[in-house]
Amino acid sequence: MKSLAEVRAKMGEEYKQKFTRARVVVGLGTCGIAAGGDKVMKALQAIVAGRVLDIDVDFTSCIGMCYAEPTVEVALPGEASVIYGDVNPENVIRLIDEHVIGKKPVEDMAILQIVENGAKAYEGITLMEDYDFYKMQVRTVTSRLGRTNPESIVDYIATGGYEGLEKILSGMTQQQVIDEIKTSGLRGRGGGGFPTGMKWQFTHNSPGDKKYIVCNADEGDPGAFMDRSVLEGDPHSVLEGMIIAGYAIGADEGYIYVRAEYPLAIHRLNLAIAQAEEIGMLGENILDTGFNFKLRIKAGAGAFVCGEETALLTSIEGNRGMPRVRPPFPAVKGLWEKPTNLNNVETYANVPFIIRKGGEWYASMGTEKSKGSKVFCLTGKIKNTGLVEVPMGISVRDIIYKVGGGIQDDKKFKAVQAGGPSGGCLPEEKLDLPVDYDSLNAAGAIMGSGGLVVMDETTCMVDVARFFLNFTQAESCGKCTPCREGTKRMLETLTRICEGTGKPEDIETLERMGRVITKTALCGLGQTCANPILSTMRYFKDEYLAHINDKRCPAGACTELLTFVIDKEKCNGCGKCARSCPAGAITGEKKMPHEIDITKCIKCGACLAGCKFDAIYKA
Amino acid sequence: MACTCGCSNNTIDPKQQALQELLQKFKGYKGAIIPVLQGAQDIYGYLPKEVMQQISKDLRVPFSKIYGVSTFYAQFHLKPRGRNIVRVCQGTACHVRGGKKIFEAVEKVLGISEGGTTEDLRFTLETVACLGACGLAPVLMINDDTHGRLVPGDIQGILEQYE
Repeated sequence: MKSLAEVRAKMGEEYKQKFTRARVVVGLGTCGIAAGGDKVMKALQAIVAGRVLDIDVDFTSCIGMCYAEPTVEVALPGEASVIYGDVNPENVIRLIDEHVIGKKPVEDMAILQIVENGAKAYEGITLMEDYDFYKMQVRTVTSRLGRTNPESIVDYIATGGYEGLEKILSGMTQQQVIDEIKTSGLRGRGGGGFPTGMKWQFTHNSPGDKKYIVCNADEGDPGAFMDRSVLEGDPHSVLEGMIIAGYAIGADEGYIYVRAEYPLAIHRLNLAIAQAEEIGMLGENILDTGFNFKLRIKAGAGAFVCGEETALLTSIEGNRGMPRVRPPFPAVKGLWEKPTNLNNVETYANVPFIIRKGGEWYASMGTEKSKGSKVFCLTGKIKNTGLVEVPMGISVRDIIYKVGGGIQDDKKFKAVQAGGPSGGCLPEEKLDLPVDYDSLNAAGAIMGSGGLVVMDETTCMVDVARFFLNFTQAESCGKCTPCREGTKRMLETLTRICEGTGKPEDIETLERMGRVITKTALCGLGQTCANPILSTMRYFKDEYLAHINDKRCPAGACTELLTFVIDKEKCNGCGKCARSCPAGAITGEKKMPHEIDITKCIKCGACLAGCKFDAIYKA
Repeated sequence: MACTCGCSNNTIDPKQQALQELLQKFKGYKGAIIPVLQGAQDIYGYLPKEVMQQISKDLRVPFSKIYGVSTFYAQFHLKPRGRNIVRVCQGTACHVRGGKKIFEAVEKVLGISEGGTTEDLRFTLETVACLGACGLAPVLMINDDTHGRLVPGDIQGILEQYE
C-alpha cells in the first residue's frame, strides 16, 4: 500500500508556513457572507494591497457564533488567535492598525482568544474555553469549522484528515471497521437515531456485488442548518466518512444528494472531490490497495419529502421524489434496486473521528443509549443564535440558557420547538430533560436533525402549529390519501381556530385526525405531520381554548383576533396614525386623542408601527 | 436550426447549442432527467415546452414523465421568470422573527404577489421554506446572494441593487 506519509509531511510543512506570518482570517460561510463577510474581505484585501503589507489574508467557514457575524480572526506568529465579532468594512482597519501593526488586540471588538500550539495568550481577553457560548461545548464534528480553510485540502490533511481512511486501508477488515462503528454507539444524526453500525452491517450482509453509499444532504427542516455548516466548513470529513463506509460495506460508488438552495456547499464539495481525486484518496485504486470509490453530487430540485430515504433514492434515479413502502429497506433494495447505505451528513462526518480516535473514545461521551455529541442550531428568540455541538445528555435548559445566553430582550420563555415539522414543542417544565433520542421522544418531540427554535411569550402556539401544518401540507407529495387529504383538513381546522371561528369539537377532531394520519401515512413526513399539533395541544391547551371559546389570542399574534386600541392618556393627537391608516379607520381632531373605528380597521398594524408615543396597543 | 428567412444570420442559436452540449454530456447517464432539466433551465431561465419535448426525444423518455418530474419539484418553472429571483425565507426561525413582514414589504415594493413576476421581467418573487441561515433571521435570497437580519425598511435599498 502506498503511504500518505510523504503527502502529509509536505502539506504539514505548507500548513506550518501559514503561522509564520501575521494572519487575518474572515469567516465566509453562507451566514457570514449574508452578514457582510465578503465586503469585509474585499475591504481587507484592498487595505493589504494598497499598503503592501506582509499579511496573509485567508478565509474560513462559520465558527458557530451566528449572532456575532461577520467574524474575523487575527493571529500574529507565536501569539494567540483573537476572534473579533461584528466586523464591518469600516472598522476592519482597526484590526490591521492596532492589532497587526500595533501588536495590541482591539479589546472592545474582541470576543475571545484561542491559545494553541504553545502560543502566548493576551491579557484581558476571554479564552475560548471560558467563554459561555463554548464552555459546555465539545467540538468534534465542528472542530474544523471556523478554524481551517474549507477549500484547502492542505488544511484538512494537516489537521488529521484522511488518517482514518489510511488506517482502515492499512490492514483493517471490513468487519473490523463496522465493529468499530458499533463500539462507538453512533446513531443516525439525521433524526431517526438508528444505530449506524447496524445499518452498515445490514448493507454489508446484503447479497450483491454492486452496492451504493448515499449521503442525505437534503436538509430541509426549517430552523436547521447544521448540515450546511458542516458541508461548507469541512467538506472533506463527509467525503472521508463516505469512503470509509464504502470500504466497510463493499461499495464502489457514492452519491451526495444536496439541496440546490445551498450553492456554496455544492461549490465546496465539488472542490473537495477534485482535490481528493488528485491526491488519490478518491477514484481508482485508492492508495494502491485496489479499492475503488467514486463520488457524484446530485443537486436536489426542491422537494422536502426527498429527505425521506426512499423518496431521495427515487429522486436520484430521476423520478418524482415519492416515497415507497418499506420493507424492502434500502439496505436490501435501494438505488437502482441495489443494496444502498444511506446516512446523513453529520453521521458521515463523525466517522473519520471515530476511526482515528477509536470507538471507545466516542462512546465515552454522552449517555447510555445516546453516545457522542450532537450539533444543534439555536434560532428564534434566543440571544446567541448559532451552531453548537454539545455532549448528549446535557439538558435543554443548559443549551438555551448557558450556551444560548437566554431569551432575547429578556422576555419570558414559552416553548422550544425541536425537530422541525416532524417534532414538537416543549414547554418550560420539560426544559430539564436530558438531550437524547429517547427522552425527547417520550416528551412528544424528537431530536430530528437538531434544530431548536426558541419561542417567547409573543409567539402563539396555535399559530406555530398552523405554520408547520401549512408547510407539511404544501410539501406532501400526494401519493397517500391520509397525508394528502388529512393535512389539508387539519390545516383548515387550525386556520379556522386562528381566525376566531373555531368550534369546541375542533380539538377532538384534530386529535382524532392526528392519530389516524400517524398510523396510516406511507412515510415519515405523513406519520409525523401531526406532532406539532399534538404536542402543542398537550402542553398549551389553554391557548387553543382561548382561541375557540373566548375568541382571544393570548400571545397577541393572530391578527384576526386582535383589536387595536388608542391609549387616550398617551395620545397627543399628532395625527400620524390617521395618515398611515390605509382604511381611514382612525379619526380625531388635531392635538386631541384619536380613535379607531373597529368596524373599518383592517388590522394591518400600520398605526402601531407609526406611533412614536406607544399610544397604540393590541388587545 | 439554421435561419430560413434569407437574412445573413444563419448561425446556430447559442442556447440551442448549449442544450445540445448538455444532452451530449448526459448521454447514457443513469438518472439524467433532473440534472438535464436543471441545466436546461439554467440556459433558458425556464423550461419552454419545445425544450422539454426535445429532452424527451433525446433521452428517450416519454414526454409525460418529463412533464411529471418538472411539475413535482419546486425548482422547475414552466413560465418565463424575472432576471432576479427574490426568495423570501418563511422558515420557523424567520417566522418567529417577523419573516411575514419582510415578505409583505417585498410585495409592496415590487407590486407583485407570491410566484409573480414584474412586467419588466426584472424580478420574480417566491417564498422558500428555509435557506439555512436561521442565525440571521429574517433572511431573503436574491439570486445567489443571501441578505440577513432584515427589517422591512431595508427592502427598497436591497432591491435597488439588482438591475
